[in-house]
Amino acid sequence: MSGGFDRRWLRLLVIWAVLLAVPFWLPLVGGYTALAGRVLVLGLAAMSFNILLGFTGVMSFGHAAYFGLGAYGAGLTLKFLAASTPLAMLMGVLLGGGLGALFGLLIVRRRGVYFAMVTVAFGQVAFYVAYSWNDFTGGYDGLRGFSRAPLNLGFTMIDITNNSTAFYYFLLVVFAVAVGLQALLLASPFGRTLLAIRENERRARFLGIPIERHIWLSFSISCCFTALAGSLYALLNNFADPMGLHYSLSGEIVIMTVMGGMRAFWGPLLGAAVFVVLQDYISSMTVNWMSFIGLIFVLVVLFFPRGLLGMLQRRNAA
Amino acid sequence: MLQVVLFNVTNGLIIGAFYVLMALGLSLILNLSNVINFAHGNFLALGGYFAYMLTPAIGFWGALLVAPLLTALLGFIVERLMIRRVYNRDPVYSLLLTFGLAFIMQDACRFIWGPNGLPLGVPDSMSAPISDQLFFITWYRIFNVAVVIVAVSGLFAFLRFTRVGVRIRAGTLDLETVSALGVNVSMLRSFNFGLGCLLAGLAGVLAAGQIGLNPNMGDDLLMPSFIAIIVGGVGSLTGTLVGGLLIGVAAALTTIVWPAASEAVIYVIMAVVLVLRPRGLMGEEGMLT
Amino acid sequence: MEYRKQPAVGRRTLIKATTALGAIQLASPFVISARGEAPIKIGMVDPLTGILSALAQSEVEGAKYAVAEVNKKNGILGRQVELLVEDSANDVGTGVQKTRKLIDRDQVDVIFGDVNSGIAYAMAAVTTEKKVLHIVPGGHTDPITGADCKWNVFRICNTTSMDAAAITGELVKRFGKKWFFITPDYAYGHTLQDGFIKNLKALGGEFEGDMLPINTSEFSATLIKAKGYKPNVLLNNMGGLAQIDCMKQFVQFGMVKDMALGGALFELESIKSVPKDAQTGWWDMEWWWDQPNVPEVVKFVADFRKEMGKTPSARHWFGYVAVQSVRLAAEKAKTMAGPQMSRALEDLVLPPDVALQPGEIRYRKGDHELMANIFVGQAHPPEGNPDNVFKVESLVAGDKAAGTVESSGCKMVEAPV
Repeated sequence: MSGGFDRRWLRLLVIWAVLLAVPFWLPLVGGYTALAGRVLVLGLAAMSFNILLGFTGVMSFGHAAYFGLGAYGAGLTLKFLAASTPLAMLMGVLLGGGLGALFGLLIVRRRGVYFAMVTVAFGQVAFYVAYSWNDFTGGYDGLRGFSRAPLNLGFTMIDITNNSTAFYYFLLVVFAVAVGLQALLLASPFGRTLLAIRENERRARFLGIPIERHIWLSFSISCCFTALAGSLYALLNNFADPMGLHYSLSGEIVIMTVMGGMRAFWGPLLGAAVFVVLQDYISSMTVNWMSFIGLIFVLVVLFFPRGLLGMLQRRNAA
Repeated sequence: MLQVVLFNVTNGLIIGAFYVLMALGLSLILNLSNVINFAHGNFLALGGYFAYMLTPAIGFWGALLVAPLLTALLGFIVERLMIRRVYNRDPVYSLLLTFGLAFIMQDACRFIWGPNGLPLGVPDSMSAPISDQLFFITWYRIFNVAVVIVAVSGLFAFLRFTRVGVRIRAGTLDLETVSALGVNVSMLRSFNFGLGCLLAGLAGVLAAGQIGLNPNMGDDLLMPSFIAIIVGGVGSLTGTLVGGLLIGVAAALTTIVWPAASEAVIYVIMAVVLVLRPRGLMGEEGMLT
Repeated sequence: MEYRKQPAVGRRTLIKATTALGAIQLASPFVISARGEAPIKIGMVDPLTGILSALAQSEVEGAKYAVAEVNKKNGILGRQVELLVEDSANDVGTGVQKTRKLIDRDQVDVIFGDVNSGIAYAMAAVTTEKKVLHIVPGGHTDPITGADCKWNVFRICNTTSMDAAAITGELVKRFGKKWFFITPDYAYGHTLQDGFIKNLKALGGEFEGDMLPINTSEFSATLIKAKGYKPNVLLNNMGGLAQIDCMKQFVQFGMVKDMALGGALFELESIKSVPKDAQTGWWDMEWWWDQPNVPEVVKFVADFRKEMGKTPSARHWFGYVAVQSVRLAAEKAKTMAGPQMSRALEDLVLPPDVALQPGEIRYRKGDHELMANIFVGQAHPPEGNPDNVFKVESLVAGDKAAGTVESSGCKMVEAPV
């Protein structure tokens, strides 16, 4: 098995080398650092979502809610509590993850399409609260008046406020930690159980596995990580707005995951990269970019359902 | 005070009738095919736009008849070309498909007819209020309610008394057996999808006469339809009917005391139902129960 | 920032193709091409898709028209002008990202945007950080040139307080002091209603009102309430489609005979999309095409109609003024650097062929708000020309309607050197 093992390390090496060198090669191909930041943030959101979809087999179509709640949590903290980036991220995770966990309790017995519908509805509730509560959340115009605070590491201050490159590396570090945690989780017995549930829920239940509890845990963990991505998004934009909670963003997260390959760990990141770059490129070229994005959805579903990494996996296995 | 309440309840029923029409189409498709049609709002818009194109040629009444049929036809074609292929797969694919379709259809509407609002001409006789006392009820609104009543009764009668209707109902309960009994399930689903789009198109024509046409017009009706279905109970058409009327009336009544919350109240109702009775008011077993 | 060499040529061609495609898509006959040395680039971020798209489209058309005109007259500082248009899709994240893209990757000298005030704010944070001149052609909420004013941000359209102040006097004089408000429940609606209330109270008026969700399409409950209150004037502060629906229902319920109808903005694009009987009421126009006494306007409208096949609206004028302001500022500052252009733009008076209205139209130094006239008048069904839907009754000077700089809440920070 050492051949497969080496290949995995090689793959990891390549991925991290590419990510680390972004500020150097991205401008050469007509990109810009904020684009890379967006890829990382949405990639993290998609990978977090995939814990639920790809690894547990449960379909939520309202995941943008936790993303947006994370963004608002971080923004509100920076605006009203303290100018501290770590605190903002923590509060974002608590808000999005906490509400997600609570909501999960309500719906954990549902499955399939009904589950999806209810998650969409919850997302819209959050969206509605965000754009109506004018005094607190800034309402329709969004939450503004806050910005990233420099990181005080005790021995040094890292200025992530004005230095985009430093901010990109900050994002990368947080991304690395989050993704590392996810990998550990999914390789653990808990993660294996989730796979079992995905493959055959009834048989897993016969084996005595508490299905609902596992699904709820998977849902809550997924929400927490998605909320973390959301708080990073607020830091990226220095802004939080209701559209970050809208179901159209949920749909985009799902397509990124599926496009990259929902059975692969790194699939969603690849899908996010492709989608974000395509969207950025196409929307600059034509005002009818929505048709093209819709077309991508349709083409992926009809012709590339396994996603990019899924196709590669199959080719390697064959 | 009683007069105000009565006014608003009546109003709520009129609004609710709209939600019902939209939600029933969505529910039909959901029950039989297990597909959430995110593009439903766009079929509604298309129905309105078709009516806009047809009115100069065959008048409002002609458009009212033909536009929904055109929408149904389009729905049928879309289902046979695309949605049919993803039934056997993970439900996430059908969601993504209708989602993508929604994007494409909205953009197409904007591209063909422009982003500006367009008015739909309604016969003048219908624009007047029915009386001075009831000045807020125009004949058009009465007409809307009448059409909805006819359509809904027609739908329920169709599902009860015609062979295709019975097959659709049976299919909701157990599609495999229906197929084993020799019914062409594939055609049945396509037809059902078309039927759902017919209702959406009809709602679109009515809505266009009321609020005019624009590419985004379906978006605001999509969420209340979802909620009507959740509140009424997935799988039950009567439930959807009740759910739609309930949220319409609730929204209208809330406008009396706290106008800014009139949108919030439907979400509150949904939350209450989810907590207290997760399967919805009328449960999830079959239809017409 | 790095400036690529080889890919740069390919990129310029791409941008040219982009602009051309974008131009075709937006039904504009102009293709902007860069000639000779590096062109001056203006980045414009507007919601070309979504509910504000009609207004955004007009602004972009006006800007493109101006760019073509400027390029025919030898450009700005001898260099041709290139307009790069990006779609913010009515989403803040996208708007901010596109702004960064335009500044970091495309190296624009000036940023325009957004119609959506929330997005305009967020963009301002980026443009201030990058020290780029930022003109907001059509985003209305007050804080952009009020509590949140910035040294590099200038605005062309009015504040809500200006619009409210301009028309209140006229409405009270003609109809009376008892008003009923129908207002959308978000920042724009709140500041607009507050502006009206302030002016109304100063004239001793009384009022009642309902705050409704932004996208309301069903106004019967509120209109029932209004009818019961028996006001002199009904103020329709809703925007976009909600405004149109409210007007339609108001007319349908026969309430025209009970009370007058008025409000702040009812834009040309919206008036043309309602049925005849809803083309009524008293409104502010931030610019109006029918000014027979101003020769520059007559010429502008004739040229615009010939070139674009449509009559210019206020939004077209915003886009036009934005580009021309850049030219004027650059000519005064002799550079495209943000701080210098901003200083040049302060208190800059627009020449008559740009102002296109009587009076001294300038960007006020204290808050960077353009002190344009507000055209107060009455909407009516088209007479002769399909665009002849508004009769101007009076002109209110911008600085009279705007009040003092202190009252706007702006504490302007000096531009860096």
